[in-house]
Amino acid sequence: MWRRTVPIMITFIVGTVLVVAEFIPHKPFGNLGEDFSLYFDIIAVFAFILGGGNLCRVHFSKVYRKKTDWQFSIVTLLGFFVMLAAGLFKIGNPEGIQGDVTAAGSLFADLYDSMFTPLQGTMYALLAFFVASASYRAFRAKNIDASILLIAAFVILLGRTPAPSLIADFFAGAGITFMATAFNFVPTLTDWIMDVPNLAGQRAILIGIALGVISMALRLILGVERTYLGSDSK
Amino acid sequence: MANDEKNNRGLLDRLQFIDRRYIFIFIALAVIIPLLLGLRFEEKPSPIVLALYDKVDNMPPGSRLLMSFDYGPTTAPEIQPMVDVILRHACLRGLKVYLMAVWATGQSLTVQTVEDVLIPEFPDYEYGIDYINLGYKAGNQGLIRVIVDDMKRMYSTDANGTDIEQVPMMKQVESLKDMDLIVSFGGGFPGIKEWILFAGDPGAIPIGGACTAVSAPQLYPYYPNQMVGLLGGIKGAAEYESHVLDRYPDSFKTKPTPGMNMMVAQMVAHIVIMLFIVFGNVMYFMYRGKERKLAMEK
Repeated sequence: MWRRTVPIMITFIVGTVLVVAEFIPHKPFGNLGEDFSLYFDIIAVFAFILGGGNLCRVHFSKVYRKKTDWQFSIVTLLGFFVMLAAGLFKIGNPEGIQGDVTAAGSLFADLYDSMFTPLQGTMYALLAFFVASASYRAFRAKNIDASILLIAAFVILLGRTPAPSLIADFFAGAGITFMATAFNFVPTLTDWIMDVPNLAGQRAILIGIALGVISMALRLILGVERTYLGSDSK
Repeated sequence: MANDEKNNRGLLDRLQFIDRRYIFIFIALAVIIPLLLGLRFEEKPSPIVLALYDKVDNMPPGSRLLMSFDYGPTTAPEIQPMVDVILRHACLRGLKVYLMAVWATGQSLTVQTVEDVLIPEFPDYEYGIDYINLGYKAGNQGLIRVIVDDMKRMYSTDANGTDIEQVPMMKQVESLKDMDLIVSFGGGFPGIKEWILFAGDPGAIPIGGACTAVSAPQLYPYYPNQMVGLLGGIKGAAEYESHVLDRYPDSFKTKPTPGMNMMVAQMVAHIVIMLFIVFGNVMYFMYRGKERKLAMEK
């Protein structure tokens, strides 16, 4: 009972009250949404502790058992503990232990600015290379659908740069008017692809997700969906 | 003869899927060379960018603009140019600027932006009177949901620890509803979408957005009814920079335009990608033609 009925009852009461609160913005329901948002934050803090604990458990185990690439786990753990210590004890903080954790000159700020920031930027920048490589391999006009996708990709790739107007100017200068007109039309076509087919697809996805969320919320509130209770919840 | 045919097919097959390291080299050169040359081209603003520009430009001096830094170092190279140009535009228009972050990684970026743009370029802007850094608060969309009705419930101090009641520009601000415009920078979670759902819609507050290019298509459904305008990626930054430069040439001609500069690199990179796609397709059709020919001969 304690493992199944009580969590289901809590879910039912909280879910129902929050739904009611959304439609009755008066006491005692008025501020419930905000209050529960704050409770959520408090609960979420424990997730950070769990996350840190889990990271240590996984990587210590990997190092201990010398699994594949265990050396990287040492770097992960070292980075985790150095940043944790720098932030918790405010090492090198000019304002001391009471100062802001990100104060300029502190070890935490220095590590963040000179290691975390460039590393994160580098990781994201690598995306350009992989996108280029993937585009080369994926965009093949093998059938009608793939050809439409290919044409749309070309229009967007070109239209999201100043290239069409530069090429149009070149053709206009050379007296090839129809080519100049065609390239001048590319940005308009790009906007149309974004505003019409993209918008239609995105709206369909959004509405689908919203209906899915409502359905899942109802299943949770009514106790039909119990997977969040764990594997032995049936 | 048959051997030549086989070799030819093998070569075509290989060319269809050339080693990706060659692609990487070309892309690296396509990005690095234009950046080193420092070229830039004028951009014509698209309607969605122009809408946000017009909103900022038409706000009377003293109006309140909240800029939320909902991104981190990962996407900073793409988003920071948009932050800088909108901040410059806002300061030029004499708006009161409120900086905050719903991402933990956004806090240091607010400080960096103030130090790099606001203080050196707008020395007349006074902290607490013309701008304030509210810093980061945890809570994601929960935070937005709370401050849409009561700002001081979550923000008792600013990022420097100063009591919010002592800050002159906070005295007239009870909630987000007192803001004339909120611009969220960043396309992740929480970001523009959460600002629209938890602040813009319930509080009837105009929301603008600036996000990475990959996030932009997902946000189009909110424009123009729930979002006043959107800057998508470097293209959005370049369009805004170009337009602001066109409208305020005296004030902006000496200002950096990273968006416009990076746009040239993006243009060359896109052209290189397109050339590779064309090349891949030509090889594919040649290979398929050979295959068909061989099948018919058999």
